[in-house]
Amino acid sequence: MINMGPQHPSTHGVFRLVIWVDGERIVKAEPHIGYLHRGSEKLCEDELYSQVITLFDRLDYVANLNCELAFCMAVEKLMEIEVPERAQYIRTIFCELNRIASHMLFYGVYGMDAGAVTPILYGFRERERIQSLFESVTGARMMHNYFRVGGVNEELPDDFEQRLSKLTDGLKQGIDECDGLLSQNEMFLARTKGIGTISGPDAIAFGVTGPALRASGVLEDVRISEPYGIYDRFDYGIPTGSQGDCWDRYYVRVEEMRQSLSIIDQAVNQMEAGEILANVRRIARPPKGEVYIRTESPRGDFGVFLVSDGTDKPYRVKVRAPSFCNLQALQHMLREAYIADAVIILGSIDIVLGEVDR
Amino acid sequence: MAQRHRREPEIPLAKEALDAKGESLTALVNEVFSEGHDVEVGVAVDEVTLTVQPTSLPDICRLLRDDPRFDFDYLRCLSVVDYEDRLEVNYHLFSLDKRHKLVVKANVSPDDPVVPSLIDVWRGANWYERESHDLFGVSFAGHPNLVPLLLYEGFEGFPGRKNFPFHDYDEW
Repeated sequence: MINMGPQHPSTHGVFRLVIWVDGERIVKAEPHIGYLHRGSEKLCEDELYSQVITLFDRLDYVANLNCELAFCMAVEKLMEIEVPERAQYIRTIFCELNRIASHMLFYGVYGMDAGAVTPILYGFRERERIQSLFESVTGARMMHNYFRVGGVNEELPDDFEQRLSKLTDGLKQGIDECDGLLSQNEMFLARTKGIGTISGPDAIAFGVTGPALRASGVLEDVRISEPYGIYDRFDYGIPTGSQGDCWDRYYVRVEEMRQSLSIIDQAVNQMEAGEILANVRRIARPPKGEVYIRTESPRGDFGVFLVSDGTDKPYRVKVRAPSFCNLQALQHMLREAYIADAVIILGSIDIVLGEVDR
Repeated sequence: MAQRHRREPEIPLAKEALDAKGESLTALVNEVFSEGHDVEVGVAVDEVTLTVQPTSLPDICRLLRDDPRFDFDYLRCLSVVDYEDRLEVNYHLFSLDKRHKLVVKANVSPDDPVVPSLIDVWRGANWYERESHDLFGVSFAGHPNLVPLLLYEGFEGFPGRKNFPFHDYDEW
């Protein structure tokens, strides 16, 4: 029996894994979570709707805007708010940029997990470029608190389009560079090919979503199966894998970054001037009812279940965190694996403990 | 602080907005569960809801998963809502193939909340049930390992419930 964590550099947060081994093989694995439990769902019940957005920033702390979007959409659906066109485009561009930033972080640390030190420098360089663009608009590198119920907080700065086109050009090159650096590296292939496999039906039964599910060959993306916002206006592909192993889970994300860039390009071309915030009262009081919203966050199906009792505070907020469900499948992926592969299998799920523990 | 007296504003209800898939699913649910089932079909904004007795949950859910007309292979979310007089357990279901969605609800009393475990139906229910047991004290009968997941062992009370205070409790 081996204990891994809770303070372990490769667990991407505070996470503990107890492993029972027979020689070099893993017999059983038991994840322990909850070290970062802050009671976010309960805290939401004590805050105004506009204040809850800040709490959502802190769930998935590498894809903050995707979390904000889900909550804003839930309130908008309950209140039947029509979000202005320009705000929709701004949201889409920012969410896709955040997806690339999140995958870049994954790329870097995954290379690190596999024993390659250079990828983290490349991944962080690209991520930093995106974050400095975020900073120029929202004022913060992370924890933006930028989306609002009914739109976004502020108009884009004047030089935004130049900065964005410079950024996307750089990213295009950067993604190719990252891809060329690691994806076909022989040692990386040896570490990841055929490791930690999970079949499509098993993944569905465990509730695995996002890149981890698509790597198993299941074509499922909330942007396609339940289109929200303006995603039905763009032409883009959904990369899938075939083996459901670590390399597929890695490469699906690399391909996804290219697709996100294509969405951003199309969105910039279609975007027109206009309103950025619908005419909504500062203190939102949604009607009594309940609503469930699904969005595609970089880690998978990010759901918000919102129950309103007609007051200015939510009655109950439940966050369906993709990492939480994906992590459940870890026990299944680790069966019969070598203990040396435990870290690389865990890394391939790309968990964010902030959203697992909430 | 003295309470200000004023007329309570009337609270509007959220409007129903079922799409075509929701309409046909309502018809199908009504047809399948028309006789011999103690269920109630409703609508919550854009989702069809099916309120069932807690004891009949495993049978109904297995039917919802296996019947090709429903094909609910994916448990999107399991959540508990505390309405003080009752705890409502919500199962949000989705069919990856048919792309329709359903909410199954079961009400239990807050004093002795017991719901059958659905691990056999959807394996992903495992951690959700442990989490709900942690935060709301709902027992899932038949769950093999109902130990604390998010809270530490020995935590007293159910912090998800409405009667658990936001402040003024003993922190360790």
